[in-house]
Amino acid sequence: MSTATTLLIIICLGVIGYVAGRIRAGQLVQGAYSALHSRPGYYGAFVLVWTILPSAIVLAIWLAVSPAIINNQVFHSLPQSIQDMSAADRSLELSKINAIAGGLSDLTDEDRQKLESGSITMREALADKGVAIAGEVDEYMPAAAEVYNGLSSASALYRTILVLLVAVAGFVYAYYMISPKMRARNKVERVILGILIVASSIAILTTVGIVWSMLSETGRFFASVPPHEFFFGTVWDPRFAAAGAEDSAGQFGLIPLLAGTLYIAFVAMAVAVPIGLFAAIYMAEYASNHLRAIVKPLLEVLAGIPTIVYGFFALVTVGPFLRDLSTQISGIVTGNAFAFIQAQSVLTAGFVMGIMLIPFVSSLSDDIITAVPRAMRDGSLGLGATRSETVKRVIFPAALPGIVGALLLTASRAIGETMIVVLAAGVAARLTINPFEPMTTVTVKIVNQLTGDLEFTSPQTLVAFALGITLFFITLILNFYALYIVRKYREQYE
Amino acid sequence: MNMMSEAAVEQAVNTKAGATVPVKMKARKVGVFYGDKQALFDVDLDVREKHVTALIGPSGCGKSTFLRCLNRMNDTIDGCRVTGDITMDSANIYDPSVDVVELRASVGMVFQKPNPFPKTIYENIVYGPKIHGLVSSKAEMDEVVETSLRKAGLFEEVKDRLQESGTGLSGGQQQRLCIARAIAVSPEVILMDEPCSALDPIATAKVEELIDELRENYTIVIVTHSMQQAARVSQRTAMFHLGNLVEEGATDHMFTNPDDQRTQDYITGRFG
Ligand SMILES: Nc1ncnc2c1ncn2[C@@H]1O[C@H](COP(=O)(O)OP(=O)(O)O)[C@@H](O)[C@H]1O
Ligand SMILES: [Mg+2]
Repeated sequence: MSTATTLLIIICLGVIGYVAGRIRAGQLVQGAYSALHSRPGYYGAFVLVWTILPSAIVLAIWLAVSPAIINNQVFHSLPQSIQDMSAADRSLELSKINAIAGGLSDLTDEDRQKLESGSITMREALADKGVAIAGEVDEYMPAAAEVYNGLSSASALYRTILVLLVAVAGFVYAYYMISPKMRARNKVERVILGILIVASSIAILTTVGIVWSMLSETGRFFASVPPHEFFFGTVWDPRFAAAGAEDSAGQFGLIPLLAGTLYIAFVAMAVAVPIGLFAAIYMAEYASNHLRAIVKPLLEVLAGIPTIVYGFFALVTVGPFLRDLSTQISGIVTGNAFAFIQAQSVLTAGFVMGIMLIPFVSSLSDDIITAVPRAMRDGSLGLGATRSETVKRVIFPAALPGIVGALLLTASRAIGETMIVVLAAGVAARLTINPFEPMTTVTVKIVNQLTGDLEFTSPQTLVAFALGITLFFITLILNFYALYIVRKYREQYE
Repeated sequence: MNMMSEAAVEQAVNTKAGATVPVKMKARKVGVFYGDKQALFDVDLDVREKHVTALIGPSGCGKSTFLRCLNRMNDTIDGCRVTGDITMDSANIYDPSVDVVELRASVGMVFQKPNPFPKTIYENIVYGPKIHGLVSSKAEMDEVVETSLRKAGLFEEVKDRLQESGTGLSGGQQQRLCIARAIAVSPEVILMDEPCSALDPIATAKVEELIDELRENYTIVIVTHSMQQAARVSQRTAMFHLGNLVEEGATDHMFTNPDDQRTQDYITGRFG
């Protein structure tokens, strides 16, 4: 029986359990519900939980563990030559066997006859069924696949029996546990608490899992490239083309990428911070409520535009515009028209990214400025200060820690941005201080390395994880620091 | 603020005793609207120079609204509109030629909740003088800080911690700091909106004592919810009800023998 069917059955059992539990609770007190500790629905829920929860847990464990056991068994049935292969090759073989096993069950008798007679190969037969096998099908594989299929179906059978048994046992246990004095309500409450805790731990565990896998891949990368070459290298040249050839390691210097990332982010912040802050001050201190009610949602919509759209804008409009502008300027100044700003440049990417960040800066700062108590404004205005004096001398200093926090959060967005950079600053990893030339960032190179055609074990691919974890730590530190500052600021007024 | 003091002053009212007392501010037919809603109706009130005038009345009757008209703080509220005339030393403070910023320097304000800036005590005091260009040297600032704090009766308590944050003081000290801050720009009138409602009885007594001393040099208008406070600190009392001025008179008279039934009821605690 398939997993889905099993699950459906235990859910049905659970629903029946709910109804049965309810009815039994009512019968136990002969309909005098006030004699029950909890309302009858809770007794129903109690049976439901006992029916579904333990059996679902058993099912989950079985599903998690059985593939490994089956693969292990299949592996031991393989010829010794295969068992002696390297770990990577072994897993390749096993995955082929798994694929064949999936296809085998689809084969008709006719197909099997053709196979016997040798008129078609196993690979062709399977391809016919829509199962593509990577590489040739070896002699021993169909047999191993049969073993695999046998074990799988046995596992499914035992699984179904066990799960249903557990479900029924839970049902019966809970059903007979019901008594008028039983505190079903409190027990159900505990289960709900448990569910909530599980939900929140999933979020945390996922993060931990991601970091863990990144760290372990990074470890593998550092096994082939020494960390100091990565962190302090000034040349980025992973040599895709020569991969596999002699001396194919390439150079993985982080510095040009990090410099590009920080440079572009810096330009972006230089554009976004003044404009965003002034916009926020206008909105918080000067704009009428009416205007605010229109402009604020508008800015938030702006924040929702996908970054690729800004990338287009940079590629099609801003880049060419800056290039043409520079041609004209140099034409006027030197008499020799020459585009000293390239269409793809740090400036273009930084400028467009800055535009993208304006709504973040202004929206966050606006919230922080409005959170400064009205009493501060009144105090200053009441002493005869003008609005701008009040903003400059009272509101802004009071809001400053919060604003710095907001800017750090914005900066971590700038550092993580990819699409705008690809389109506006290019993919060339260079180390330059000229903002009119192309540069590239860490995120762009991560995409670049992972979309290459190389196997996953080469340093050319693994470097992406090292880059990723570096970026992760940079933004993590920025965010922590931002949160710390924001929290400190909050304590000031509460 | 010179503009104000140079203006011709001497309009006077006759007291019962026959002596004349100059009027500092005069409100005529003052109405206030918040959007379409009218909160104050045709208020006529004289504020006597170097007197304490108490505004009393149940919550929401428009006391704060009226008080904010006197230094045009209502201008800072979105959608608030003031009609009628208010003069100070016979100059109309709502005249377009009047500089609001200067007006607020000569009509200072102390708020219900103490609101020192999150800066040092020293900075709190010199804030006003600095923006108005009243001080230029460090010595002048030190001087202003000391005299203002002394006038507010706070100097002895804080003289060793002038560089500490004003928000670290106790509530009563904070409120006196706010009064000192207002005094520092040498105002002629000080408006106080329930200045003691957030303070304990001892701090309240100190502030009341201070108000009594300040009367010598300043004209004071105070909103209060406490009848005893009005009786203790004020010479004149104005009773508001539902946006109207019910009556105004000498405090003694108002508390012993009010002309209006509503005042009688309010003072004896029958409503409000
Ligand atoms: N900023 C404002 N916006 C709208 N209505 C206000 C505002 N301030 C006060 N009001 C209204 O004006 C009336 C008088 O308020 P207020 O002057 O604060 O009363 P009081 O100080 O006597 O308790 C009340 O009805 C109040 O709701
Ligand atoms: Mg009030």
